[in-house]
Amino acid sequence: MTWQGWLQIAFLTAAVVALVRPFGGYMTRVFTGEKVWLSPVLRPLENAFYAVAGVHAKQEQGWKSYALAMLAINFAGFLLLYAILRLQNVLPLNPQGFAGVSEHLAFNTAVSFVTNTNWQSYGGESTLSNFSQMAGLAVQNFLSAATGIVLAVAFIRAFARSRANEIGNFWVDFTRCNLYVLLPVSVVFALFLVWQGIPQTLAGSITAHTLEGADQHIALGPVASQVAIKMFGTNGGGFFNANAAHPFENPTALSNMAQMISIFAIGAALTNVFGRMVGDQRQGWAILAVMGALFLAGVGFCYWAETQPNPHLTAVGVDPAGGNMEGKEVRFGLANSALFAVITTDASCGAVNAMHSSFSALGGMIPLINIQLGEIIVGGVGSGLYGMLLYVILAIFVAGLMVGRTPEYLGKKIEGREMRLTMLALLCIPFAINGMTALASALPALRAPTDSAATGAGPLNAGPHGFTEILYAYSSAAGNNGSAFAGLTANAPFWNFTLGLTMLLGRFAMIVPMLAVAGSLAAKQKIPPSSGTFPTHGPLFIGLVVGVILIMGGLTYFPALTLGPIAEQFESLRGHLF
Amino acid sequence: MSYVRPALVLLILFSLLVGLAYPLAITGVAQAVFPAQANGSLITRNGQVVGSSLIGQSFSRPEYFWTRPSAAGRGYDASSSSGSNYGPTSQALVERVRGDVQRYRQTGVSGVIPADLVTASGSGLDPHISPAAARLQVPRVAAARHLSERQVSALVAQSTELPLLGFLGEPAVNVLKLNLALDAAAPMTREAHASD
Repeated sequence: MTWQGWLQIAFLTAAVVALVRPFGGYMTRVFTGEKVWLSPVLRPLENAFYAVAGVHAKQEQGWKSYALAMLAINFAGFLLLYAILRLQNVLPLNPQGFAGVSEHLAFNTAVSFVTNTNWQSYGGESTLSNFSQMAGLAVQNFLSAATGIVLAVAFIRAFARSRANEIGNFWVDFTRCNLYVLLPVSVVFALFLVWQGIPQTLAGSITAHTLEGADQHIALGPVASQVAIKMFGTNGGGFFNANAAHPFENPTALSNMAQMISIFAIGAALTNVFGRMVGDQRQGWAILAVMGALFLAGVGFCYWAETQPNPHLTAVGVDPAGGNMEGKEVRFGLANSALFAVITTDASCGAVNAMHSSFSALGGMIPLINIQLGEIIVGGVGSGLYGMLLYVILAIFVAGLMVGRTPEYLGKKIEGREMRLTMLALLCIPFAINGMTALASALPALRAPTDSAATGAGPLNAGPHGFTEILYAYSSAAGNNGSAFAGLTANAPFWNFTLGLTMLLGRFAMIVPMLAVAGSLAAKQKIPPSSGTFPTHGPLFIGLVVGVILIMGGLTYFPALTLGPIAEQFESLRGHLF
Repeated sequence: MSYVRPALVLLILFSLLVGLAYPLAITGVAQAVFPAQANGSLITRNGQVVGSSLIGQSFSRPEYFWTRPSAAGRGYDASSSSGSNYGPTSQALVERVRGDVQRYRQTGVSGVIPADLVTASGSGLDPHISPAAARLQVPRVAAARHLSERQVSALVAQSTELPLLGFLGEPAVNVLKLNLALDAAAPMTREAHASD
């Protein structure tokens, strides 16, 4: 580990924290409908959208109506994206002449981008037309991010309001989020990324004649516009197979730092939106502190693990001082690769600038754990905050049990109905991860028909690492992350269908009970704090929430982790290769 | 149903706005303001595109600096980026690294080999090697080019990109730029070409 490495980690942290207040203030004004500096330009466009769509902007919705509206546009988006992928061979902007996408891959990919997962069973530059990338995938990069953000805002309103039946108007929140937040930051960021070297052209590829006389076909495309939203929206789906490790998706150390900051920017600022809307910014900072503690612990451990040389490579003559460089880019090195891996899995981004599968056994376990904890360490845009607030409710409940008092948070009593729904929302993720991993591992007959030598489907590595590839895949799908231990070749019917199903579970089976909690909380009267109220902005509260997250995660996933990365570490120590 | 119209209309409007207008507008501005980057940072020599300054390529002749092993297609296939995805306990990984170490041993290198030089990058298209990996190849390249090691080392230094502001990123040598500089400094003779 070097001082430069730590300085970069410190710089990233400071930059993210510095953005929290200004960006949080801006988003608060957007979602409370106040005027912002972009209003003169965007307001007319916004009103035109409402007029054509028949939206009554002043009319708010209860939680069921809000949920139905969200499901309606997500389902319509799924159908449209599925159709675009299947028909890309007859649609325009297909300079490479790619064929239409197969049914199971189109299903998996459409679910993947609608659920903000961006799991990719395909390689972008060898499968998808520019039209599919721009008008198909990138659209869902915006819309799925907006879906996550507005759900968090609706959940915040449930805490902020007293005796309310409504939690906002989905169409208005959704429209404003896209127009005022996601589109402006993407425009600026995309141009910054082009300046740094990311291509932005409608050409498909160019052929270079290399110095040694070979032909090199270099894939190009409208990359920058897609990368900008893929980061800010914590989507993470790469234009190219190698994602942010590809020099055309992440050419420089500066583009890398900016991309890491952008992954965290909206999620971190939403904690401030929360604080502002409930009328006490310290509440937002306390939640960010919980996230920050878990983030720094993960980065420190992962960075240390990646600086450890692979003893099997040292034995054949590799300099141990270089650390574990397999799957990493020279321009990023160890610190930026570990940092990116932790950020992309703390958030539910899933972009990668190094191959997680080639991380050391313990280093690769950190991204896996981050995903399994529910991606609440800053988290996906919106989904991180509402996921974290569900953990907060659980922590408050545990605290209430310890002192024998009805738990309350921000003046809202947490009672049986909220607890049942909260546990339902929190348990659907481990159910999906552990259940599906068990299914795929214990019943190989299920996948045998399509795991053929011809498709190469199934895990690449043998031994515990192969199991980790499967565990990681379902964790990534359930957490709507999208990164992979990419040795697993998943473009076969079994994997595409089960992973698609897992993504749907991880997204919507969590959202609906979460919105029900919101509806239930909004209806309650806010009670003023008394001397017996547990303060929820201090170190005791922060420690309690961190503890609940770790205990819950530890109990749920430790058995699976022992079969994967932990077993691999022990096997490696005793000199065993697979 | 009151949900169908807003869902369909907003989906179509946003598809047009962020799916077409946004990327096309960015393309227009990028092509006007940053044409070199927007088209792939291509490098031309004698009017021919020889590569991109951001994309690595394969080198195997002793006169050139060599890049890292690549899992992109059959090596540095810029239409099929990929890492190896080998895990740390992979037999195949250890065998591959052993082979690449051997390749450098055959050029007269003793001692440990820098880690980046015998490991595959995440993209399979890494344009860089570390300064240590370049230093290790200086004697071979200098001998093959009939240059002094000092001359070659000077070219390495010219092609080395340093961390921004002294801390952001890692020092890295752009191999294609370095090899182009070598060709310019000491053009290979016809015999060198013919001997392959």
